[in-house]
This record gives sequence, C-alpha cells and structure tokens, in this order.
Amino acid sequence: MQVIIDNLPLYLNGLVRTLSICLYSGVLALVLGIIAAGFRVSPLPPLRATGTSWVNVLRNCPLTVVLFFMAFGLPELGINGSYFWFGTIGLALYTSAFVCEAIRSGINAVPAGQAEAARAVGLTFGQSLSLVVLPQAIRTVIPPLGNVFIAMIKNSAIVGAFGVGGDLFAAGDTLTSARGLAVLPVLTGVVLGYLVITIPAGLLLGGIERKVAIAR
Amino acid sequence: MTSSVLYEAPGPVAKRRSLVASVVIGALLLAVVGWVLVQLGAQGQLSAEKWAPLIDPTNDTFGPLWTLMGQGLANTLIAAALAMVFSLIIGTLLAITRLVSTPWYRWAVVGVVELLRGVPVVIAIFFASRVLPSFGVDLPALWYLVIGLTAYNSVIIAEIVRAGILALPKGQSEAAYAIGLRRSQVMTSVLLPQAFRAMLPALISQLVVILKDTSLGFILAYQEVVRQAQVIIQNLNNPIQTYFVVAVLFILINYGLSKLAVYTERRLSRARQGKLATIELQQTGAAMGD
Repeated sequence: MQVIIDNLPLYLNGLVRTLSICLYSGVLALVLGIIAAGFRVSPLPPLRATGTSWVNVLRNCPLTVVLFFMAFGLPELGINGSYFWFGTIGLALYTSAFVCEAIRSGINAVPAGQAEAARAVGLTFGQSLSLVVLPQAIRTVIPPLGNVFIAMIKNSAIVGAFGVGGDLFAAGDTLTSARGLAVLPVLTGVVLGYLVITIPAGLLLGGIERKVAIAR
Repeated sequence: MTSSVLYEAPGPVAKRRSLVASVVIGALLLAVVGWVLVQLGAQGQLSAEKWAPLIDPTNDTFGPLWTLMGQGLANTLIAAALAMVFSLIIGTLLAITRLVSTPWYRWAVVGVVELLRGVPVVIAIFFASRVLPSFGVDLPALWYLVIGLTAYNSVIIAEIVRAGILALPKGQSEAAYAIGLRRSQVMTSVLLPQAFRAMLPALISQLVVILKDTSLGFILAYQEVVRQAQVIIQNLNNPIQTYFVVAVLFILINYGLSKLAVYTERRLSRARQGKLATIELQQTGAAMGD
C-alpha cells in the first residue's frame, strides 16, 4: 500500500491521462459510429456497402494492429504526429465500428409497426423520426453503447502499452521496470486505477438502464 | 429492407432517384479509393520492392517470410486455443458453483467476476508476466499470455453460461428432479447441455475476442503473428504492406468465425423459435470484450 501512497501523483497523472485519451476517443468514436450507422441503414446500396466494410474491417482487426498501423504506417506516408494522437485516433477508429453496431441494433429493435402507426396518424417523416422512432432507439441503445464505452476505457490501456507515456499503464511500467519497485503493489495500484473508472461506470450504466428500459 | 422503420418500400420515382444517387455516390467512392491509391503510389508505397516479398512466390524472401508468418499464425492459434479451453473449463465451473453454492461463495464469485471484468486484458497479461516471476514462477511467454487471457475471459464465459442456464424453462430442472435425478445429474445431463447449445453463438464470438487479444503477446515478446510482422518490418522496412497483410489475415479468420456464429445462431433459433432472442439481447455489445 505504501508504494501506492508514495507514488500517488504519478498514479493520478496516469488516471487523468487515461481519462483524456478516453474522452477524445469516445467523442470521435461516437461521431464516426453514428455516421457509419447512418450509412448502414440508408436506402442506398453504395453507402450500405461502405458502412458494412468499415464495420467488418475494424471489428475483426485487433486493436494492436490498428495502432501499429497508425504509429508506424502513417509516418511512412509523411504523416507525422505524437503517439498520443495516433493512439487516440486509432482507438476511436476501432471503437467506432462497435458504436455503429450498437446504434444499428437499436434502430432495428424498434418495431416497424411503430413507424407505420406514426405515419397513419399523420406525422411527417421528421416528426415520426424525432417523436416516435429515435426516442425508442436511443433508449434501447444505451446498455450496449455503455458496454462499448466501458470496453473502450479498458482498451485505452493498450494505447498506453504503445508508450504513449503518462497513462495508467505507463505509470505501472515506469515504476516496475525503471525504478525497480516491488511488482505486486505497483500493479495493484494500476488495477485499482482502472477499477475506479470501470466499476462506477458499470453501476451508473445499470442505473440508467433500469430507468429508461422500455417494457415491450 | 421493406421492414425498415426508417423508410418504406420505394415506388418507381424513388427507385429511379435512388439509382441515380447510388451511381453518383459509387463514383465518388471510387474516386476516393483512386485518389488514395495515387497518393500511395506517389509515396512509393505500391512499389514491387515493398510488396514482392509478401505476395510474389518467385521472390527470394517470399519463402522465409511466410515461414516466419506461418509460425506466428500457428503460435497465435495455439495461444487462443489454450486460452479458450481453460476459460471454458474455469468459466463453466464458476457458473455452476455460483448457481448451487452457499451465499458467501456466491458473493466471492460476484466479486471475482466484477474485479476481473473491470481490469483491461492487457493489464491482466502484464500482471501475470511481472507478478508470477516475482513469486518464483518462471514460465515461457506463451503461458503468461494464456493466463492473462484466461483470467479475463473465464469470467465472461462464466456469465454467458450462467445466463444460458437461467434462461432455460424451470420445467426442465423440475422434470429432471421429478424422475429422481440428483442435483449434479440435473446440472450435467439436463441443464448444461442445453445451456451450451443456446450459448454456442456467444461462445464462438468470444473466440474472436480471444484471437484478437493474442496480438497483445507483443508486450511479452511472444512470437505470435504481430510480433513476427515486426521482425519482418525491421528487415524489409515495409510497415504499411506487412501490417496490411497481417490485418487481412486476422480479418479473414475472424470474419469466418463471426459468420459461423451467425450461422449457428440461425440454426439454433430455427430449432427453438423465440427463446434465444432474450439471450441475444443480453449479449449485444459484450462481443467487443477486451
């Protein structure tokens, strides 16, 4: 325990760094995922095909390979940047495929009869989308989307393993290899750091899920 | 697509309009792909020098390169298979004992499940590789990878199996008790076989997650396929091409497995309409794993 208390600033820096990777990646993944989901449910075949390939490529490729591609492939093309941004964007690209699938499952979970009923009572397309379909789709999507973001928080450790520097994983690595401190307490601190994020996130998610659940 | 909530079956005008839009968008997409290829060509990334060792069998380095890659692939599959088997065994034991044991044990299992689920898998692997040696357990890199993957995936599988057992109709175990089976017999010969069958698609999807996660072996210098790719890149200096090939390998294998999961799911749900829908819903999003 003493090790954790002694190096508290390092751990806290790591926690903040991990959270900032997650924040940037999360926002970007949400935007890309919504666009991809829009493509996948659109009536136009070329857009559907694009969305489908986007999802299948990124979902079946290990995050490690995506990150290696970002970190070592892009500089070959003359695109230079910090590992922080390569890692964050790579994580966002990977996560966007799962966001897309979660959102699509939500849209598909709304029974077609709901939209038909909305049109039957005379609502316009915009009204039926915003008043009938989307509110149901969003509530259905919250649990899977939450799981995706919790998984993303955990995946941010892989970004850290790439030597982004300063995140929780890196903090553990520094303390054990560079400073040669006892391994067990140091890594216990790292694990606690992640649990501090993931367990409350899971509880919050469960709470929201119960609150917005639709009885069908 | 007629059942989509978002739009109705198109009429003749909408059909014509969507055809025009499709052609325009298709052309636009092709233009983007073309532009990317031109840019890659301009950077010399399409040169034979960079690609030939990977795709041309007559090239001198083709043979050794693919031997290396093949070894990496074999190591990836070995690690994934071991992790899957151990996770299945431990996960099933956790699930069964949690369902039949005393409250204190149930709480202990819940604790372990929540703890391991909240820890990133890369940390689990890192933990195993650093902590075990400090207790004098010295193993080859393969085993640290397998231990880390198993720690993470066994609790996921435990939850999958438990959900499968709980989703069975109560009548199944009641009937089994009624004909005089003991509790262990009810579990092993009535409940578990059905639960596994229902959960097969989810378990296959989990295999995809494990396969992807073996690529984290690079932090242990375990010679799986991504590690071998690094060796190749050091010698040939062609990261884009080599990672492209590695990505294609992973995508093909995992896409195949995902299709298998969907196929099994469809077959099973034909056999027992409806029952699987609830389970499937619980599992959505879990497939991301790691």
